[in-house]
Amino acid sequence: MKVAVVKYNAGNIRSVINALRRLGVEPVLTDDADELRGADRVLFPGQGEARQAMTYLRHHHLDEVLRSLTQPVLGICIGQQLLCSHSEEGDTPCLGIFPAVVRRFQPRRHEDKVPHMGWNSLHFGEGARSPLLRGIAEEAYVYFVHSYYVPLCAHTAATTDYILPFSAALCRDNFMATQFHPEKSGDVGERIIQNFLDL
Amino acid sequence: MLAKRIIPCLDIKDGQTVKGINFVNLRQAGDPVALGKAYSQQGADELVYLDITASHEGRKTFTDLVGRVAQEISIPFTVGGGIGALADVERLLTAGADKVSVNSAALRRPELIDEISGHFGSQVCVVAIDARQGDDGRWTCYLNGGRIPTDRDLFAWAHEVQERGAGEILFTSMNHDGVKGGFANEALRRLADTLTIPVIASGGAGCRDHFRDVFALGHADAALAASVFHFGEIAIPDLKVFLRDEGIPVRLTATTPTPPPATNTPTHIRQ
Repeated sequence: MKVAVVKYNAGNIRSVINALRRLGVEPVLTDDADELRGADRVLFPGQGEARQAMTYLRHHHLDEVLRSLTQPVLGICIGQQLLCSHSEEGDTPCLGIFPAVVRRFQPRRHEDKVPHMGWNSLHFGEGARSPLLRGIAEEAYVYFVHSYYVPLCAHTAATTDYILPFSAALCRDNFMATQFHPEKSGDVGERIIQNFLDL
Repeated sequence: MLAKRIIPCLDIKDGQTVKGINFVNLRQAGDPVALGKAYSQQGADELVYLDITASHEGRKTFTDLVGRVAQEISIPFTVGGGIGALADVERLLTAGADKVSVNSAALRRPELIDEISGHFGSQVCVVAIDARQGDDGRWTCYLNGGRIPTDRDLFAWAHEVQERGAGEILFTSMNHDGVKGGFANEALRRLADTLTIPVIASGGAGCRDHFRDVFALGHADAALAASVFHFGEIAIPDLKVFLRDEGIPVRLTATTPTPPPATNTPTHIRQ
């Protein structure tokens, strides 16, 4: 299986590569359109700022490439946010796979610290479980670091409650995304990455 | 619910784990990667690796170690010790660390905090503060692992580092460190209640009750300890169950023992 990780200017891609290697997969880190289109799985991870990331993606025509992918794609953290239609961060138009607007957390009480950083729990609705999240227990803990969030929408696959309930994971056809970092979420995260590889 | 974090700290010298008792008297406590992996499997929420090597050669050994930790461990980890410039931060983040912790260098040149958060984001920038409470009640910050006093007040400095873009504060009470009599809950509470960034408590863990108190009374977001974990005095799975039963939100993992029978449930209200 050929697994590609999107190479762009949002850091912390190494931890995703390390996580894939722990599962016995040697990924290619690439910004080449043909290589991305030809991969069996594409991971779109990252940390960073939305406007700079989108500027880079557009400049390298990666926005069109990402939109055109038909194999399973997994956005992580800022990757999830960039797959939405718009981000409040820098008032940035994004890739538009998920019709949602990314918002900044507004603290309500002193305890509401931003960024939302640390381990928080996942909740699943009544509907069918996304294959990405197969075998993950209700209230399983995963690791988050973010100041912006995706509100609940038709494509929400899991929710987490911090200041308000938000989309911890999204799924639409071949596009999947997590706000949390599965590559830093211990056994639970490892299972989610394995689920993605097994789709 | 956002979990309170339990963080084992590993002091590293020449590639091996050691722990200072009251900042001196080093004792061996095992292989850093194996130890980190064991803690991760037991349910530690993060790890901190502190390089206490002074030499250039030791730095390289530590960077190599950071790379091995990143390859083998699937939870976040922070590295610190001897970080004086952006180049050090870049080297350690490139090796795979999730966060870096700065201490003396930030006291000597506070702009370093602005630079780290500006280049790499606040989320990677942990500012460690070692402070001692004097007889007059005042908390003073110390340099170089608690060897050199400064004229900086703990609370004023904590607010300054927050303004400069620190993502978290790791506060070690030198009065409490190594004594195993509990954390500095009064000072911690004052920090946690007035800062808008998370506070990691360090120094003083001796028994499970101390962890409950640091969260319930000290309002800390995370608690760090070393020797009680390294020498097996407190097992992390037991600590997590204890905290949950005391009403503290913690992350329970598959390896955490199952809940006790209902007859053993404490009578006070749980969530």
